[in-house]
Amino acid sequence: MGIASEALKNFKGFNLKNLPEVEPLSPGHRACQGCGEVLALRQAMKALGTNVVVCSATGCMEIITSPFPQTAWRVPWMHVAFENAAAVASGAESAYKAMNRKGLLNQPDTVFVAMGGDGATADIGMQALSGALERGHNFIYFCFDNEAYMNTGIQRSSSTPYGAATTTSPAGKKSIGQSTQKKNMPEIAVAHGTPYVATCSPAFPIDLMNKVKKASLVPGPAYIHIYSPCPTGWRCGIEESVEMARLAVQSKVFPLYEVIDGVFYLSRKVAKPKPVSEYFKPQRRFRHLTEAEVAKIQAKTDADYEKLLAKCVVPEAKEKEKPEKEK
Amino acid sequence: MSKQIGIEVSIACAEAAGLCDVDVIAAYPITPQTHIVEHLSEMVADGHLDAEFVPVESEHSAMSACIGSSACGARTFTSTCSQGYALMSELCYIAASLRLPIVMAVANRALSAPISIWNDHADLMYARDTGWIQIIAENGQEVVDLTIQAFRIAEDPNISFPVQVNLDGFTLSHMIEPLTLPDKAEVKKYLPPWKPQFKLDPSNPMTLGAVGMPDVYTEARKAQDEAFKNSLPYIEKAWDQFGKQFGRQYKPVETYKTEDAETIIVSMGSISETAMTAVDEMRAAGKKVGVARIRLFRPFPVEAFFTAVKGAKNLVVLDRANSFNGGNMSGAVALEIKSILYDRKHYPKVGNFLAGLGGRDVTVENFTEMVDKVAASKDAGVPVAYEFINVRE
Repeated sequence: MGIASEALKNFKGFNLKNLPEVEPLSPGHRACQGCGEVLALRQAMKALGTNVVVCSATGCMEIITSPFPQTAWRVPWMHVAFENAAAVASGAESAYKAMNRKGLLNQPDTVFVAMGGDGATADIGMQALSGALERGHNFIYFCFDNEAYMNTGIQRSSSTPYGAATTTSPAGKKSIGQSTQKKNMPEIAVAHGTPYVATCSPAFPIDLMNKVKKASLVPGPAYIHIYSPCPTGWRCGIEESVEMARLAVQSKVFPLYEVIDGVFYLSRKVAKPKPVSEYFKPQRRFRHLTEAEVAKIQAKTDADYEKLLAKCVVPEAKEKEKPEKEK
Repeated sequence: MSKQIGIEVSIACAEAAGLCDVDVIAAYPITPQTHIVEHLSEMVADGHLDAEFVPVESEHSAMSACIGSSACGARTFTSTCSQGYALMSELCYIAASLRLPIVMAVANRALSAPISIWNDHADLMYARDTGWIQIIAENGQEVVDLTIQAFRIAEDPNISFPVQVNLDGFTLSHMIEPLTLPDKAEVKKYLPPWKPQFKLDPSNPMTLGAVGMPDVYTEARKAQDEAFKNSLPYIEKAWDQFGKQFGRQYKPVETYKTEDAETIIVSMGSISETAMTAVDEMRAAGKKVGVARIRLFRPFPVEAFFTAVKGAKNLVVLDRANSFNGGNMSGAVALEIKSILYDRKHYPKVGNFLAGLGGRDVTVENFTEMVDKVAASKDAGVPVAYEFINVRE
């Protein structure tokens, strides 16, 4: 049995009846209306509780939670720079490890979190993240993926999906928008031999919180990729944020799965997938796409999903057990 | 018990960090710093030092990890130089502004291009404006002592700034020298465990590294500036106490035969030993020459420096890195010194010489040449600008 499976063998998850009341991230922060990212962050922090040290990259979540002299953080939180959250967390975790061992501290259960957006993770912070995963620090990395540099004004990142218009991948007569395919960060984390990797979405809060909790129980690194709708950048309604997150899963655009000791487990099988066009329609970042282009994206989405299924342990008919989750 | 041994200076530097019982070392290898971090990882591997050695994937992550570690209250050490310093420099500003007492040994090396692994002070000068305390060693004993003192200085709640201990790459870092390694118990007496005023602790949460809007940024910078200015007497106090306990005295500026000197050579680092040899030879030839060696470059010890040089008619200022000012000087040290003299309305002739770049030797004869040049220029009434020494035209 691998170290993650061993650590999770008696795992008892959250359910609607035992959700923690603790709010390590307080209300009153300055996120945009309808922000899916801060919703996901709140859920993740509720799952972790208060015995944590959080190291944040520069980005939306950093800016909106820490304008001096105010802070939205009720747990120790540190921001250093854009590209180095994983390295900062490496140092923090090493400090606790050394001081606990030397008797200078008695806090062996503190959880270390590094967090950043998709730009901080898949682009500028990729090296620091790769190093920290490879070295095996006992920490969790959260990538809040809103598929562009939203904090600086919706510029494309390597996590922006094919066809999406951003301010640096605009759609035009000679441009489809983003001309490259989305970088697959969870698979890159898996390739590092990371004991626990998962994808999750704020539209499925129990699933998200359970994955975060599991990540905290696994010794060694864990990588959590969190789909984080951004109405401001995706140009959809602020009330449609959670719906976008749900549709991304239902249309197979963003499948939910976890990888425990290298074994893939599909979290929920999409029995009756919605077409990607239904997911695209409310988002004006995709509105320039022709039917033919959407059809091509549909084909790629289907193929990618099949590829994922082929390597996954797939649960049977889980959706029927929890029909309230589906619309 | 303290012991006198013959030892490579890099190894001695690592041993000194070990004597300080560091908790975390995060480092990335770069020539000529490698022996320092190799030896530290060896000490950890052999169980001689109870610390976490974090073998990071870059210098950028080295300083990032040091920041994370120090913010959690761990005594933290790293080492780098040159391109490595340049890569981590973004974080060096942040470490200083967050007031984290990280200690870093810099085995000074030239900056590219052309790429050069050899010694000069380009990295030292690159670090000049980061808000770190910068101390420069002349010999192996100083490397050991300054490393130990660095933690005491950095962790003093009246200071609380990171400290850079500079040692010339190869010409000092790779020398085998006779020196005294202090006794561990004595070091512990001098350097008690660090008690951070603030740290990342779940039982007492704090937010570190917050956003500074325009209504607070200037105040934050001014507070940092004042704290930095106020650190000088506490640095001197740490040195005085070291002197009392270990018998070796340290001052911001060291002088050699300056009392009656007409010309004073202003230098930093191991090259000062060559300068002193040159002074002895010139004195034997009847020239009144001395050396003022700047040990503490940041914060700059204005009073101590002015006191040391005010009697001289001529100053020979060595710069071991370009600053490309485009005007009539190219050395940051000379710029610094001229501004101090201007404030004091004191106008000796200042010759600025770029010497010892990228491993170029600076000989006793070169010092004589520089001293003569400044003197000659004065006699002829021609202003002394700057020039490269020992360069092929």
